[in-house]
Amino acid sequence: MHSDPEAIKRSVRLYFMIGAALFVCTGITVAVNQVHLAVPLAITVALIIASIKGSMVASVFMHLSHEKRWIYGALILTVLFFIVLMSVPMFTVGDSIGTPIGAANASHAQPPER
Amino acid sequence: MNIPYTVEERPDSGLANGKLGIWLFLASEVMLFGALFSTYIILRTGAPEWPHGELNIWLGMINTFILIASSVTMVMAWAELKLHNWARHRMFLIVTFVLAGVFLVNKYFEYSSHFAKGEGPWHSTFLAIYFTLTGLHGLHIVGGMVVMAYLIGPGASLFKRNPDQFVNRIEYTGLYWHFVDLVWIFLFPVLYLL
Repeated sequence: MHSDPEAIKRSVRLYFMIGAALFVCTGITVAVNQVHLAVPLAITVALIIASIKGSMVASVFMHLSHEKRWIYGALILTVLFFIVLMSVPMFTVGDSIGTPIGAANASHAQPPER
Repeated sequence: MNIPYTVEERPDSGLANGKLGIWLFLASEVMLFGALFSTYIILRTGAPEWPHGELNIWLGMINTFILIASSVTMVMAWAELKLHNWARHRMFLIVTFVLAGVFLVNKYFEYSSHFAKGEGPWHSTFLAIYFTLTGLHGLHIVGGMVVMAYLIGPGASLFKRNPDQFVNRIEYTGLYWHFVDLVWIFLFPVLYLL
């Protein structure tokens, strides 16, 4: 975190530049959406741009690019748990790999005949 | 009795208590929104079809621009305070508050158009997760506005008594506000575009 006035004055210019970059990235996201890409590609592109925007906000606006070790430690732990949380849907998808579409639901809906 | 380490840094962590506190709070918020994003993935991958074009992309884009602009004004409010420009600090903080209000007004119009068509959260799985995610995000906007209103109004007097503590409060409010912006940066493409 900067505390001397000169460093803050330099940062002010950076804040406006990052703001402009975020505006441009948002415009690009919407423009790419108008191209009507295939859904997997569209999801990939949109999430990559969102991640770039998110890292700009976190590193510059939230000053994460120069924080203390305790905060990095807390955030690394959060990221690990977040990855586990995002992996949960993958397990449900993994359960149905190799199963014909609709078969998994059908087996739950009807009890097996004797 | 004074609360220790509101301004000075703790010898063990090198941080003021509020700084570590707000980051731990934000970590819990990551898990809260993470759980809902995870739910969204499960609902979407499990759905036989997923609606496209139900939301107004342009209104969503305008709201994204508004929140980005509010993040810039929020960080400027903190920077001006560090540069001892009290008037400019207040101007930027008030602009941030107004931008947050404009965001909510846009959201009100968006919600109204859905409800007018009978498209509430009960209408479809997509709208259920849309209202849940954006509703929770909207509540966070309201929470941020309450804190900003306090810092613009009665809380501003702290600057005269303890300027360093007031600067810290503005910084922590800014961290929260940037997080709210960060969440919207992901909500916008996930709900409006994909």
